[in-house]
Amino acid sequence: MDTNFSPEDQQFRADVRQFLADRLPERLSEKVRLQKELSKAEIEEWHAILNERGWLAGNWPKEFAGAGWTAIQRHIFDEESAMVHAPRILPFGIAMLGPVLQKFGSKEQQDKFLPRILNGQDWWCQGYSEPGAGSDLASVKTTAVRDGDHYVVNGQKTWTTLGQHANWIFCLVRTRTDGKPQEGISFLLVDMETPGITVRPIVLLEGTPEVNEVFFDDVRVPVENLVGTENEGWTYAKYLLTHERTNIAGVGFATAGMAALKRIARAQVANGKPLIENPLFAARVAEVEIELMAMATTNLRMLAQAAAGQVPGVESSMLKLKGTQIRQAINDLTRRAVGPWALAFPSEAVDGANDAAPGPEEAAAATRAYLNNRKLSIYGGSNEVQRGIISKQMLGL
Amino acid sequence: MQFTFSEEQTMLGDSLSRTLERGGDVDALMELGAGAALLTEEQGGFGGTGTDMLMVFRTLGRGLAVTPVLDSVVLGAGILAAAGEADLAEQAAAGAIRVAVALDEPGQRYDGTVVTRAAGDRLTGEKTMVAGADQATHLIVSATDGLYLVEAGAEGLTMRSFALMDGGRAAEVSLLNTPARLIGGLDLLARPRAAAILAICADALGVMERASELTTEYLKTRKQFGRPIGSFQALQHRMADLVTEIEQARSAVWNLAVHLDGDDRDRHVAATKSLVGRVARRVAEETVQLHGGIGMTEEYELAPMVRRLLAADARFGDSDHHLERFVALWAA
Repeated sequence: MDTNFSPEDQQFRADVRQFLADRLPERLSEKVRLQKELSKAEIEEWHAILNERGWLAGNWPKEFAGAGWTAIQRHIFDEESAMVHAPRILPFGIAMLGPVLQKFGSKEQQDKFLPRILNGQDWWCQGYSEPGAGSDLASVKTTAVRDGDHYVVNGQKTWTTLGQHANWIFCLVRTRTDGKPQEGISFLLVDMETPGITVRPIVLLEGTPEVNEVFFDDVRVPVENLVGTENEGWTYAKYLLTHERTNIAGVGFATAGMAALKRIARAQVANGKPLIENPLFAARVAEVEIELMAMATTNLRMLAQAAAGQVPGVESSMLKLKGTQIRQAINDLTRRAVGPWALAFPSEAVDGANDAAPGPEEAAAATRAYLNNRKLSIYGGSNEVQRGIISKQMLGL
Repeated sequence: MQFTFSEEQTMLGDSLSRTLERGGDVDALMELGAGAALLTEEQGGFGGTGTDMLMVFRTLGRGLAVTPVLDSVVLGAGILAAAGEADLAEQAAAGAIRVAVALDEPGQRYDGTVVTRAAGDRLTGEKTMVAGADQATHLIVSATDGLYLVEAGAEGLTMRSFALMDGGRAAEVSLLNTPARLIGGLDLLARPRAAAILAICADALGVMERASELTTEYLKTRKQFGRPIGSFQALQHRMADLVTEIEQARSAVWNLAVHLDGDDRDRHVAATKSLVGRVARRVAEETVQLHGGIGMTEEYELAPMVRRLLAADARFGDSDHHLERFVALWAA
């Protein structure tokens, strides 16, 4: 596999690996490995460690104090980080808003917000989806009505990941109701401390309040917080979505998950032998591993195209589709590998009085990961939306 | 061959569903005969056939009722009746006592190895995933030489309880020189265990019916791109596949119900549990996906169905375990 990488890239991989060995606190990687919820402080701690090394924003150009990595370097960093269970870098400021502000934001917005993303002063969340606007994002109904030098925002956003920790939210809001729905959307930056904002947690299947609803009731937002031009927000939203799709294949997560699955299947005993020696189970694992090997190369082939200057297009939909299928298959087999331990519901959030689930720690982690990762095929453009993109844009059907 | 229920069975199913819709508790279900319907007349009940179990558990599954009926009656009373403990069996079927059955041991997966040992009338060992243990008045515990009855609160009996994916609770149970009474050999387990597998499959069938109805309704009402998402053919076909799979599960449950007391019970146990476990997982995953984000939330009514279906597969041997059992029985 290493033959695919230049000597420079291989050196970069060695540097990343050394850095992770030196600086990743085991306290954090253990929590990630066991699918435990990281606190706000723990996520900020990891961001600060990366920022100190200049590696928090690998995707940002150097002029904005980013690392200016190539697509292949970013892939190497993501892969190495996942393999050692580093906390993921929060995408909202770094991967999503940052590139939008760098391309479409005013100088003032860039100077004000970009450094605060890096130094951890601001925690951003994403105000895109609404109860009536999921896959059909262009139908957002949250309104922003101009009133002097303010917009007055009313409406509701949902699926706002980790919004409970955020002090800023970037929103798609409707500033015009006539014409095509895509043509009346604006991109607005909103301070979460503004009066009229309410955040309500949504508990997910595995029992954690990972996402939220955010309600806006006559929230006054200064006009200087509009990004770019009024009613042009859809363009910026689409630009952001293409950035959301970097690392969409999740090769690193899948590789780490496959290693964990094999480790667990070696430790679990079925009829007196390690489960990994059970031919039926071994075949199920092997099929997924073979898929993963091919998908990793699909991902690298597309990275190579990107490195050669081609814009990633519809191919990213195939990566999203296959990548999430593989990760969910690994989650499914891992949960099945722990057998009857998976009967326990390891959620302290749903049942506060619940004693810890029995069995090895990996068993509870397997159940939580399986349930939580049902989201992979739903968010970031559901897999049905991706299939639609492949069939229409790639095949012309 | 008829795949229909008797008039009595239908009436019982109807009254159980009505009671569940009104929020009736376990006592109310027991009063209607949810327990007694699972024992034969000679065991002190008024049913006890495979189709009785199918009717009762499909109804409890549809109603998402979290009850001790499977553990205390199908397993508990079933074992007690087979052991000639008629009084206790009747009390368990009437809900007057609650029985938890402690068979599995930690780290043994589904292979049923028993290490717990008796020394005279004292038991020592560890039991895992004992459903309903914290509410039980009596425990039936398997040991190397047979089945023992242990009373709650007995000396040397400790347990640590936790929540289950199916909404109930279980405990890790530890016995240290615990007073116990031998009630019979391990061979008594065969029929109650097969009946419990039928019960959990019928329960899963009821849950799958509910989950599929809920999802179909959602496809009809949820609008995106200006029309109901159920008007998209991609989703129509997936829903069509799903209900076809559920129809297969329904037939598998019938297969086991009508062969529960036949010569080839073991073959049907393996076939039914394997198929239903696989379909249950698929229904859990597909109904979430067809809903989208809302299907992942605790506050939406799909959540307990999803977890209960996953639990149905993981209990009493998962789909792969029974697939291997089925293959092993080719040679038999």
